[in-house]
Amino acid sequence: MAQSKEPVIWMLFSAGGMISAMVFPVLLLITGFLLPFELAGDGTFERIHVALKHPLIKLILFFVISLPFFHWAHRFRFTLVDIGLKHVSLMITVCCYGGAILGSILTIIVLWNI
Amino acid sequence: MKTYQIPVSNTWWLKKKSYFFFVIREMTSLFVAGYCLFLLVFISKAAESQQAYTELLVSLKSPVSILLHLIFLAFILYHAITWFNLTPKIMVLHIGEEKIPDGLIAVSIYIGWLAVSLIILWIIFGG
Repeated sequence: MAQSKEPVIWMLFSAGGMISAMVFPVLLLITGFLLPFELAGDGTFERIHVALKHPLIKLILFFVISLPFFHWAHRFRFTLVDIGLKHVSLMITVCCYGGAILGSILTIIVLWNI
Repeated sequence: MKTYQIPVSNTWWLKKKSYFFFVIREMTSLFVAGYCLFLLVFISKAAESQQAYTELLVSLKSPVSILLHLIFLAFILYHAITWFNLTPKIMVLHIGEEKIPDGLIAVSIYIGWLAVSLIILWIIFGG
């Protein structure tokens, strides 16, 4: 039987789905409301600024951002095919996973430059 | 060999409520990816300087930002809840011969979700 890449892609998809489901709702509350309106106190800049320099935090952020990109790629690819773009499915596959890879590279660049 | 494929209309997902919500669930991934990009912007501003960070917070107070955050929150919450509710069906766990009931797995996931959220709040605001 030919080796399939499907299990690897599915692992990335489900890890990204779990991470985004677990942490994005609370992060949205924080970036959308708690921080801009100082609902949980001010002076958070120093704390965040310092934390972002820590290698462990960077590593966590890398997974928290790059895996959800792969979650998007996998879901979006199949949705586009399902709603009628089957004839360009190869291009969709390349664009989606390529986009996720680009997103991950961008994440590395941003974290590296801190 | 070419097999016969039954032609499917591209609007099949508008014909039934459950199909529609399936496509909405899949489309939440767009919001997930969009928020990843926003997080990258947020991180670079917060890492840059106090001024860059403050400017970002000012723009986050705008009505557009509030509206976008609410829309993103709605879609991403829909993703989270549908994801957690599906997990017990995919992750079948056993203790010895006994299958752990779906409800127990679901409850532990929701408790985990709460715990993770509180830890993140504590990292940013607490202590």
